[in-house]
Amino acid sequence: MNETVTVKEKGSISGFVKSFGLPRLIIAAFLIVLLILSPFVGADLPSQITNIIARFSWNGILVLSMVPMVHSGCGLNFGLPLGIISGLLGATLSIEFGFTGGLSFVVAILIATPFALLLGSIYGWLLNRIKGGEMMIATYVGFSSVSFMCMMWLILPYKSPTMVWGLSGKGLRTTISLEGYYNQVLADFLRISIGKLTIPVGTLLFFAILALAIWAFLRTKTGTAMTAVGSNPSFARAAGINVDKIRLLSVIMSTWLGAVGILVYEQGFGFIQLYMAPFYMALPAVSAILIGGASVNKASITNVIIGTILFQGIVTMTPTVMNNLIKMDMSEVIRIIVSQGMILYALTRKTEVSK
Amino acid sequence: MSKNSTVRKRGSLAAFLRHSSVPIMFIIICAICIPLSGLSPSYLVNEIVTRMGRNSFLIISLLIPIMAGMGLNFGMTLGAMAGEIGLILVSDWQIIGIPGMVLAMILSIPFSILLGLFCGKMLNKARGREMIASYIMSFFINGVYQLVVLYLMGSVIPIKHSSIKLPRGYGIRNTVSLLSMRQKLDNLIPLTIKGVKIPVATFLVVLVLCLFIVWFRRTKLGQDMRAVGQDMEVARDSGINVDRTRIISIVISTILAGFGMVIYLQNMGNIATYSSHSQIGMFCIATLLVGGASVDKASIGNVFLGVILFHLMFIVAPRAGAAITGDSMIGEYFRVFVSYAVITLALIMYETNKRKTKILEGERLKLEQMEEEAK
Repeated sequence: MNETVTVKEKGSISGFVKSFGLPRLIIAAFLIVLLILSPFVGADLPSQITNIIARFSWNGILVLSMVPMVHSGCGLNFGLPLGIISGLLGATLSIEFGFTGGLSFVVAILIATPFALLLGSIYGWLLNRIKGGEMMIATYVGFSSVSFMCMMWLILPYKSPTMVWGLSGKGLRTTISLEGYYNQVLADFLRISIGKLTIPVGTLLFFAILALAIWAFLRTKTGTAMTAVGSNPSFARAAGINVDKIRLLSVIMSTWLGAVGILVYEQGFGFIQLYMAPFYMALPAVSAILIGGASVNKASITNVIIGTILFQGIVTMTPTVMNNLIKMDMSEVIRIIVSQGMILYALTRKTEVSK
Repeated sequence: MSKNSTVRKRGSLAAFLRHSSVPIMFIIICAICIPLSGLSPSYLVNEIVTRMGRNSFLIISLLIPIMAGMGLNFGMTLGAMAGEIGLILVSDWQIIGIPGMVLAMILSIPFSILLGLFCGKMLNKARGREMIASYIMSFFINGVYQLVVLYLMGSVIPIKHSSIKLPRGYGIRNTVSLLSMRQKLDNLIPLTIKGVKIPVATFLVVLVLCLFIVWFRRTKLGQDMRAVGQDMEVARDSGINVDRTRIISIVISTILAGFGMVIYLQNMGNIATYSSHSQIGMFCIATLLVGGASVDKASIGNVFLGVILFHLMFIVAPRAGAAITGDSMIGEYFRVFVSYAVITLALIMYETNKRKTKILEGERLKLEQMEEEAK
């Protein structure tokens, strides 16, 4: 999308700035400055790049999960925690049933799927009843479901000794190590190491497969219908498309991608985080896709890739460079301002609000 | 005739039940939880009165944006931050007691106005999604607040006393003690009835604010705001500067939230510099909604009913949860869940109602058109 616009307005810098968005340009420039500075302040560039690639591979699918809902006009998926909860249920149940190694990852996805379908359909049904106010309600649906699950993690009769509190023998721990389960299963597949630079090819491949699937899906008949619903619902209805059904489908897809996304994140990170951890997980994903050039009702796979690299780049680079440069760790503050500022910027753009 | 009236009565009863379903639900929750918690009535009354003094002012600050049709102002956090900055400066200057509080409130005003203007301008750009924008706004300004308080205070903005500074020489400590003004307002006019301590002065301040709100509704500006809240297009056609009116409503709300935060923190006795404000918006909004308010309609009565019911639930839930399940954490999570669930429910009800009226309006227009054509 951006590419065509840029080609059209080549030559005029202001046109380029307008199409790419000033905040995006500033963020990209900031990251480039950080990359250039890092060798001078004594940071290790290859390991920094390894970090960025690794974090990209962890977060890519979570960001990708925004795409279907944005396409169908449901807005940014602030309800991502719902998908994450399905993923967490899959992960914990897979371990509970005694699966280990790579198999536990496959089983986790298989178990998470029905949960994602169920929660996604309820969530989608709800969003169809409140068209126009999706984002705010999505945020609070996410919050209430996370806090509801906080109670459930304590009550549900989990038994596996690796997951429950050692002392009382019940209630899941806040963080569960995946050592011996699916820690790094994707990353270790075809891992390439050149000196200090390591690339988790398996995880990247997994992301690529899903991204390609979404890309291909958006070009099928249903996918085109989804885009039509997002860009002009009344036109889509006139063309005989069942708008509510398409929206429901997009929400279910987003929820399922969120579930798979958190499992991939966990295999890279090495831990399952329960309780309040999924609470604010939607916001980084939302701001990542926006940094990549998406808007409230337009998003592409390119936006996902660029956005995740830029966002994770800033997250990894700022602490080291800032620390070495001015002996002050301002990374947290910068991260908050950049990511929230980006969301705010996108929300205040004049875009047609779909009704 | 009589049959007609009963039908109408039943209809209004159903409407009443629907409108006040949330308060009724809370009354039931509290009725179940109070005996289970085993807390004494005098303790509960004491706690509720304290919390009413502590929170009312903050919650009332939400009323004006609702009047102007801007929904629940999640951006009230901005005012809370302004109030905290005022208090931090005052405690560095070592001005104690009531004068300190008043000065902190005065200091918070310029920050509140600035933040309110910014927030109002942004919300005007994000029309139709004000709530999510104000919600993200609170996070964004929280980042700026951290930048100022954690890095600029002590290095750029002079802070003299090392007792509130971090050991590294700049930035404010995680907690700033307000011992010198702790409950100074609450205890200004001491009154204890049957063991229940009543913060008379705080209630007087809240009363003044309530009178201000009632008066404000009747002013030209207040009328304008209600007109804007009802229908922006009509308001614009009748010559009201819609954008300006909306910005003013947010600025007033932010200033009031700043004052409210000073009152809140004088009762607590210390500032948790980086977390006091973060949850305040959510809890105040939940409280207001529990009191029976909706996204587009709220009154002062909702505020007080909300404080009683919500905080009663807040106090008894952990104990009751522990009594039922033997684990106090369940109750903790339960009250968090309930706060979020209430907001979610209120938002859903608001959106579905909005849609229903829109559909009805559409059908009415269609009918009119058909009649027109039939002629």
